[in-house]
Amino acid sequence: MTDSLVPVLEAQEKMDTDKMWVIWGPQHPFSHGLWTLKLKIDGEFIVDADPIVGYLHRGWEKETENRDYARIIPMTDRLCYCASMTYSHLYCMTVEKALGIDIPEKAKYIRIVADEVCRIQSHLMWLAAVGTDLGNLTVFLWAMREREYFLDLNVKLCGARMTTNYPRIGGVRNDTTPLFDRDILRTVERFEKAMWDIIYLIDDSSVFVSRMKGISYMTREQCANLGLTGPAMRGCGVDFDIRRDDPYDNYDKVNFEVPVLNKEKKVGDTYDRYMIRIEEMFQSCDIIKQAVQKINAIGKNAPYRLKTPTKVPAGTTFGRLEDPRGESIMYLVSDGTDKPWRLKVRSPIFTNVSCSKAMCDGIRIADVPAVLAQIDMCLGETDR
Amino acid sequence: MAVATYTSILEWINFNNPYDNPFTPFLSDNLPYDIAYGLWEILGGTLAWLINLLFPNNVVSTWLLCDEVCVLMSMLVFMLLIFIVAFVVVLLNLWMERKVLGRVMDRRGTMVGMKGFLQCVADGLKTFMKENTIPSKVDKMTYIWCVSLIVGLSCLVACMVPLSDRWYVVNYDSGLLIIMAFYALAPFFILVSGWAQNNKYSLIGGLRAAELMISYEVPMLIIIATTSLLCGSFNINAIVAAQSEIWFFIPQFLGFIVFFFCAIAECERPPFDIAEAETELVEGWQTEYAGMKWGLIMLGDYLRGSVSCGMVAIMFLGGWTIPFIGGTAAPEIVFLIKAWFVFFLMILVRGAIARVRPDQILNLGWKVFMPLAVINLAIVLLLKIGGVY
Repeated sequence: MTDSLVPVLEAQEKMDTDKMWVIWGPQHPFSHGLWTLKLKIDGEFIVDADPIVGYLHRGWEKETENRDYARIIPMTDRLCYCASMTYSHLYCMTVEKALGIDIPEKAKYIRIVADEVCRIQSHLMWLAAVGTDLGNLTVFLWAMREREYFLDLNVKLCGARMTTNYPRIGGVRNDTTPLFDRDILRTVERFEKAMWDIIYLIDDSSVFVSRMKGISYMTREQCANLGLTGPAMRGCGVDFDIRRDDPYDNYDKVNFEVPVLNKEKKVGDTYDRYMIRIEEMFQSCDIIKQAVQKINAIGKNAPYRLKTPTKVPAGTTFGRLEDPRGESIMYLVSDGTDKPWRLKVRSPIFTNVSCSKAMCDGIRIADVPAVLAQIDMCLGETDR
Repeated sequence: MAVATYTSILEWINFNNPYDNPFTPFLSDNLPYDIAYGLWEILGGTLAWLINLLFPNNVVSTWLLCDEVCVLMSMLVFMLLIFIVAFVVVLLNLWMERKVLGRVMDRRGTMVGMKGFLQCVADGLKTFMKENTIPSKVDKMTYIWCVSLIVGLSCLVACMVPLSDRWYVVNYDSGLLIIMAFYALAPFFILVSGWAQNNKYSLIGGLRAAELMISYEVPMLIIIATTSLLCGSFNINAIVAAQSEIWFFIPQFLGFIVFFFCAIAECERPPFDIAEAETELVEGWQTEYAGMKWGLIMLGDYLRGSVSCGMVAIMFLGGWTIPFIGGTAAPEIVFLIKAWFVFFLMILVRGAIARVRPDQILNLGWKVFMPLAVINLAIVLLLKIGGVY
């Protein structure tokens, strides 16, 4: 600091300037859903942030206690409308664990395919949101256009676009429809080419890159301490993915490499958190191709669903999987009846959004949408 | 002019030469004034004739057709005509933006009536019929007057841009300077209105408008000075006439690029719309304006957008002339086509890149545009010294 600035700063202190709280939300264009971000700003810079969630609380966990196990599956779809398949998958997986049954091979691979389609579709929704947050509608519409093809795949598989109600306790609801493998491979191959349109639009544009590069650094330690999970964490150099490190269903039988950025630097910025999701989409395409081959190898008339008892033995069960947004956990306490005694959901976003204070520290007002877009907010699962 | 014989309305259509009128305000050829004069001769003449039928040889009929009243009334019609043309140009701009942006985004754009032309009518009706709310804790007088001033200044500037050497409002020797001076006034009122609204988003938006202005205004003025240096005049007709052989965007190509982006910033279009960045500041300095006030502000924005395009067309693309052909039968159409081409480029820029951060715009203005503008000035000086111009 030069000496000439000292009288200015002294005068500023005497002037009794104040830091200002600006409240973004619950109805604000940057918040994808209903949540509030309180920002304390000092001029253009942010000195403090305070996220407030809970506007969409529906009593989801309490409601499950009054329902049969089978009737909870449609409710799990409503946890996150972008990633409905992973949540119903997680729920069915947890209950199967409590029942102690092993589902047919074919169902496992179908679930992998459904999960990865769901992951791509969720990431495309995120990409669309990044486009609007940075002030460009073209990215939004192009990403939504690509997402449409994957929603069509959902329709092919189970008849619904978003809230699919597809996995069942003991398998999946129906076998793959005729020509599903052909359609899915076509879609994936088309997507792998078409995705480059959007990548060229964003990564070749210095405006897009300069909006994201070099702001809001998060270290590995911060990620661990604040509980950041999912792609955002892998962008900051943490090499952890439940699909690989604690494999569920048949993820250990497909070959894939978990994309991780900044393994050596151990610190990542907003652009890294953006890049990791783009790479994950291509990784998901590879997984889909392998899983479809395995489904074809198993054959047409193989079983895809087991008959399961309606009552779950008393005990506690813990299930987790890699959601598109992070690590989702369900903790089931059963008491031997046909209804759960307690079903606790650990939503990745609920934990990730608490990092917004660390992420917003020292950035400018205009950076906030770009930084918080990388959390990929979904209020359905956050507030439950 | 005495009261005529009123034999037929058709007689009134063959109006006299307006320059015979000693009070005529324009010394040279002015098409909209001629049309307005002719219209008043039809309207006022019919009116005078009807009154004369009822009360033969009355004073009112004579008064309606005397020289002074003819000029006054045709000036009113003239104003209306100029504004209607500017307004229709804006509506076409709006339609083009919706359609072209739609095609960029792989969709059709609006389809409300007549390939989307009626969308503007629907929007106008909607904003007009909305309740005109005024928040309780705003500074009411400033809040209301700021809209009038911003929209009024935008209309004024939009009407002052000549469409050709026969379609103009004023033909000053300092025409370019006057237009740019009025053009640069609106951000002050945006700042004041942001302050008056008693809203944090509006306040930040207003301050950002001021920040935006200090970043683009200086390079823009340097380029205006360079252009006038190149042709030796601030008169718009002279600037266009100087480009009859070679358009100015060839000698001052750098200036064209810088001026184009400064023009986008001037009318606060994306990617330089930081004063109303909707993902950060909801609607920026317009947050508290509802209904018709907001509609008028949007109209003002687009009027300023059409002015930006017009200025680029005048200063760099040869205005209403075509090289080696010179004037055409309808120079206004030639000019509008050029202006629409510039607007088309602006839409492509909007579709392709993201919003720029305020500090990045400051950097861009002072560290990129400013040196480029000065280099442009140096090139023009060298051309001038070398005797090319």
